[in-house]
Amino acid sequence: MALDRKIAYIDLTTGKIEIKPIPLEARKKFIGGRGLDAYLLYNHAPKGCDPLGPENPLIVSGGLLTATCASATSRTHVMAKSPLTNLLGSCNMGGFFSAEMAWAGFHHLVITGKAEKPVYLWIHNGEIEIRDAGYLWGKSCTDAQWAIREELDDQEIKSMVIGPAGENLVTYACVMTGIKNSGGRSGMGCVMGAKNLKAVACRGDMDVKIAHPVDALEHNKKFIEQITSAKVNQTQGTLGTPFIWGATNCWGGVRTRNFQYNQMLYADEIEPEAIDDIATETMGPHHMAGCFGCQVHCRAKYKIQTGPLAGKYDEGPEYTSLGAFGSEPDCKKAETVLSANHLVDQYGVDNLEIGSIISWAMELFELGILTTKETAGLELRFGNDAALIEMIHQICNRSSWLGGVLADGGIPASQTIGKNSFDYLIQVKGMNNLHSDERATPALALNIATASRGSDHLRSRPAIDLYHLPEKVLRKIYSSPIPYDGPLSSEHTEYVGKPWQVFWQENCYMAVDSLGICKYHTLFLGATLPNFEDWPEVIYYNTGLEFTPEDIWAAAERCNNLERMFNLREGLKRDDPFKGDTLNHRYFDEPCRRGAPDVVGRTIDREKFSVMIDEFYGHHGWDKAGVPTAETLTRLGLKQEPSHLV
Amino acid sequence: MDKFLTVNAEKCTGCRLCEQVCSVMHEGVSNPAKSRIQVVKWEDEGRYIPMICQQCEDAPCMNVCPVGAISRDKDLGFLSVNHEVCIGCRSCVNICPFGAMNYNKSTHQVFKCDLCGGDPQCVRFCDVKALEFVGSDAVVARKKRDRALQQSEAAAAQS
Repeated sequence: MALDRKIAYIDLTTGKIEIKPIPLEARKKFIGGRGLDAYLLYNHAPKGCDPLGPENPLIVSGGLLTATCASATSRTHVMAKSPLTNLLGSCNMGGFFSAEMAWAGFHHLVITGKAEKPVYLWIHNGEIEIRDAGYLWGKSCTDAQWAIREELDDQEIKSMVIGPAGENLVTYACVMTGIKNSGGRSGMGCVMGAKNLKAVACRGDMDVKIAHPVDALEHNKKFIEQITSAKVNQTQGTLGTPFIWGATNCWGGVRTRNFQYNQMLYADEIEPEAIDDIATETMGPHHMAGCFGCQVHCRAKYKIQTGPLAGKYDEGPEYTSLGAFGSEPDCKKAETVLSANHLVDQYGVDNLEIGSIISWAMELFELGILTTKETAGLELRFGNDAALIEMIHQICNRSSWLGGVLADGGIPASQTIGKNSFDYLIQVKGMNNLHSDERATPALALNIATASRGSDHLRSRPAIDLYHLPEKVLRKIYSSPIPYDGPLSSEHTEYVGKPWQVFWQENCYMAVDSLGICKYHTLFLGATLPNFEDWPEVIYYNTGLEFTPEDIWAAAERCNNLERMFNLREGLKRDDPFKGDTLNHRYFDEPCRRGAPDVVGRTIDREKFSVMIDEFYGHHGWDKAGVPTAETLTRLGLKQEPSHLV
Repeated sequence: MDKFLTVNAEKCTGCRLCEQVCSVMHEGVSNPAKSRIQVVKWEDEGRYIPMICQQCEDAPCMNVCPVGAISRDKDLGFLSVNHEVCIGCRSCVNICPFGAMNYNKSTHQVFKCDLCGGDPQCVRFCDVKALEFVGSDAVVARKKRDRALQQSEAAAAQS
């Protein structure tokens, strides 16, 4: 039974390991995956703890449905206090890791302490062993994974690892599994590095009993049809996520030259179709890879064709890599995007953050805030492909003064560099923004400003906002499972009604992350994809657990409030430029210069934005400062937190 | 029976849903170790190959079985193991050239593909059609057409 997967508490300082069942009550209240992670973090992280200290708990999990036969349920979630934001750190990755962890008997790991020497965890059929990782230290993400397989003589071992960036405590180092699945955001790889934990390796052949196997299979078939019938998923399954980049760039919704422009010109070579042609030539016509049990298969397999890394195999590049290594630094060569994508996968560093921070440094260089003195002679200008690649090496290895400074993350770097460098840092809560331009879409701007892990497009993005759906369709979606009769608008430039959409999506994505499903299997880019109404059957047939859509909504709301409470405890304040629900002033002051007529000239209106935040807080049951009211905590059963249920 | 499971490894995305549905269908549990089909992967090259029982005509598993526990189903043509007769010596596991005869550690019995009674679930769930259950004549006809097209295009390119 998926419900009999265990939770393990592992103290790397003492080597003590404690294994416990996950009470049904915890499942009902927090479901699993990210939801239960939020509960565990709130309960186990001491207030104000040092993100790099031994007391910061690193929580690794699979969702409630992970390793069942429900579609695409192998998302791995990792949570800890973030060394990048000093608030909630949280990331989510695809692949096969959490399913293997479930077959090995576990759904959640809470890892505390710090090992004396590099170690890795070996989890096999209900047992956990702390093993020496001395020989793995310094190895790239993929080399480390293959080395573990060799050592333990099993090619089916799945590991979650860090690369040199995590070891060197780059504050936005990521965790990786497989060739390219990365838990990118908020520096969870840095937390692993600080614990001297190189990897968590899993292998198991323990049964995950399905509550109603025949019904589960039939229902899954229906579910798959719903997912693959969406055109957006069919496109995704051919070109991967870059297809969105191409569409958004045409419209004028990407960022280039660190927010100076919102459309990349002369991007022919890195348009998704072009990349697809160059990179997949050797892979044949069918070149897509899927995560566990997934029919969307959005990962493109590629080989780099030219340059120093020619012949290297990798997967992607994702939307974000096109932004990070193409549009933001204004580098126009496919070779650069593919090579940089490969490098960050090997170093184990967040592509978004490193691309952003280098582009920021490029603008500082062009403004004269940074000079060749600080860059050790490097002409760190936009469009200098070689400089971009060089800076990736310098940051991940901390091999130069500037590399070290940028490795500390945006806000500390701006304090070191000084002058008015902070003004040019496009961040929320210390985390850099996705390479999208949200000035024409206030809903998405609200989403990134209020997301719990810092600037984030995967926490509450009402992406269907751009489809101009008939209002009655919107009403059908956003009035369920909780009735809503307030304003809704299918106009993407509108402010009114958007806070409800952002609130609704926030709960939707919390539920998805807690179930362990991928967001392409829910209402993300397709309006007909599954949501609250569709999950109770999947949960019941697979686990036997009974939920109503309202129950799932309530659990999601509860977990979102826990994340908020954690952030408030760690110092979030509504208008704080470093830790608040704020946007860089350029959103308000600099109009979009390029793109379609509905984009050109747009800015975010300060006053209307503030009203949106008030309204958004109101839907949550938070006061004007963004703090959950006593009634809200009572309604959601959070009055007693921390309650140490698990 | 002429129909058989064909594999087009080029189309496989490596998602392993076939392994899941197989184990759920036959054992009521999700556990790739108990699946009759397994996707073998070389992840650093992006190569994924589903390995399945070919229901061989001259079947090594049947030939090697010392107690005659393996026989062919008359209607569907698949090979099945009679567990009343099977002594669990695993000779069949050892000799199968495809690794398609498996051993269940909990029941201590060998197990293999039975084509799900004519509606193989791995095929039903393989969205990209890397797996198909078709007659050999259909496979031959398709290959002929593909090859003919290639030859004709090559000839056109030369002229």
